[in-house]
Amino acid sequence: MATVRTQSRPGSSPLYRAFGDRLFAGMVLVLCLLIIGIVVLIGWQLGVNGAKAFAAFGIGGFLGGTTWDPVANVYGAWPFILGTLVTSIVALGLAFLPALAVAIFAIEYAPRWLGNVLSYALELLASLPSVIYGLWGLTVLVPFLRGGQQTLFLWASDHAQWLLPILGNPIGIGMMAAVIVLAVMVIPYAASLAKDSIALVPSAQREAAYGLGATKWEVIRMAVLPYARGGILAGVILGLTRALGETMAVVLVIGNNKNLPFTLFGPATTIPSAIVNEFGEAQGLQLSSLLALGFILFIISGILNLFAAWIVKRMSVDGRL
Amino acid sequence: MMRAPVNGNLRRRQLWDKVMLGLLILGSLIVVAPLLLVLGKVFVTGFSAINLAFFTQDFQPVEAGGGGLRHAIIGTVLMNLLALLIGGVLGLAGGILLSEYPDHPVNPTLRVISDLLNGLPALLKGLVIYTLVVITTGRFSGVAGALALGLIMVPIVLRATEGVLKLVPWSVREAGLGLGLPRWRVILSLVLPAASSGVITGLMLGFARAAGEAAPLYFTAGGSQFLNFNLGQQTESLALTIYKYANEPSPLRVEQAWAAALVLTLLVLIASLLARWVTRAR
Repeated sequence: MATVRTQSRPGSSPLYRAFGDRLFAGMVLVLCLLIIGIVVLIGWQLGVNGAKAFAAFGIGGFLGGTTWDPVANVYGAWPFILGTLVTSIVALGLAFLPALAVAIFAIEYAPRWLGNVLSYALELLASLPSVIYGLWGLTVLVPFLRGGQQTLFLWASDHAQWLLPILGNPIGIGMMAAVIVLAVMVIPYAASLAKDSIALVPSAQREAAYGLGATKWEVIRMAVLPYARGGILAGVILGLTRALGETMAVVLVIGNNKNLPFTLFGPATTIPSAIVNEFGEAQGLQLSSLLALGFILFIISGILNLFAAWIVKRMSVDGRL
Repeated sequence: MMRAPVNGNLRRRQLWDKVMLGLLILGSLIVVAPLLLVLGKVFVTGFSAINLAFFTQDFQPVEAGGGGLRHAIIGTVLMNLLALLIGGVLGLAGGILLSEYPDHPVNPTLRVISDLLNGLPALLKGLVIYTLVVITTGRFSGVAGALALGLIMVPIVLRATEGVLKLVPWSVREAGLGLGLPRWRVILSLVLPAASSGVITGLMLGFARAAGEAAPLYFTAGGSQFLNFNLGQQTESLALTIYKYANEPSPLRVEQAWAAALVLTLLVLIASLLARWVTRAR
């Protein structure tokens, strides 16, 4: 008990001098560089391994090829690219206006409690696991669609034979089911982003329009929506990236048919569903082709994400696009 | 654009106003109906299907009663805890760099990369871990699954951390620095504790999001029918079970899938309620 020092003196440790700060900042920096490195590695891994497929068939040959035949070892990506683009874009087209409507309603019209309930429900549904939407699609939506499709198909076979090749087999599973499931999934996502940007419109903007004698709808159309369009657009793009990369919900309901042409009711395929269905037995050139498909998805979603981030950034600088 | 009617057909404008309100309400109902259908189905079917065996038994063939999903619950929890360690450390570091070292030259790149990682389909994260880890080690494993899930958590934790750290007033940091504390001690002992509820919420949101992911685990964890505490082995998860059972012909399996969906939905619900509560308290 010789010392009376009851407290250690932090100043005595090198950690409490400049060395400590440099050590901490260095550790944080290393971890951040690790994050950056991982993302670069993901792109590199997909690109380098996928390059074998591009080399074997040529870039145009791989992207435009319509045959995907593991037995003949010939791989063309066009059916998957087409299926991905068609399902995502149609789903987004279906989702856009309802999503915008619910966003406008929640902010501009609904009483506060209802607006809160709506926004909370949208947030919850945007974060609901996608495999649950797939389960719902397969066990609820598909049987329901099958009934309607069969009725339409029978009618068409009696009255409009030319429609049959467009409709395809009325089995419920297929393009139509995938589009509807994707639309249901994308709506809460796009709606909550649109809602956020509409809520950010300053009320002075609205008051000015009211002061000019505008009706409520005119205020929304002329003063609110133009101001919020950057955020709404960013929401649409982010919704599109979500739809493009959506895997399990689509795999369960799309039927995984890689033979063109696709029909309205009949089975189709997308890039993610092809990857899930084929990677199990894939080796060599087939695995490279699947990784090349992944690389295409990586590039598309990367570009769309950077574009959305750019829009949001422009918005935050001067408030509008 | 703003062409004010000169001799104003006021009645037409007011009628148009009512029509648009009607369309907006119609659009909102179109949105709300399917969402209620999905959520209602999860709760109604999930609650009727869930039972004690769901939590206490492992996989059994349908003929033997079907068992439960204890193996999947434990697999989900173990993989997600390891993933939380990976995603939490990386995400926290990223958030600290962006918020506490705002002038750091790496920041613009880190922000872009974090956006990219956030928007990158989860499937691709799993696919890359498959080529790097599963092919290299020669087998599916819980560790590989946790790596993929950790990648999903990183941008979520990073954004949440940056957001809440920036809410801590600069005077707190100045007070600490004024007492002679080094910067790292200010960050760890003053700034992070002041923002702890927000940071924890970010971790929870990341956890809930990753727990619902099936696609990346399909390539990495591989799935399993056995209870297993060793992440070096193939591991099952609830989301993966839903995917597999959705296609099973037996109605019992589909019911178990709905029960699993209910558990995941409740997890997401709790995480987002907490997030809301924390941001409201601020």
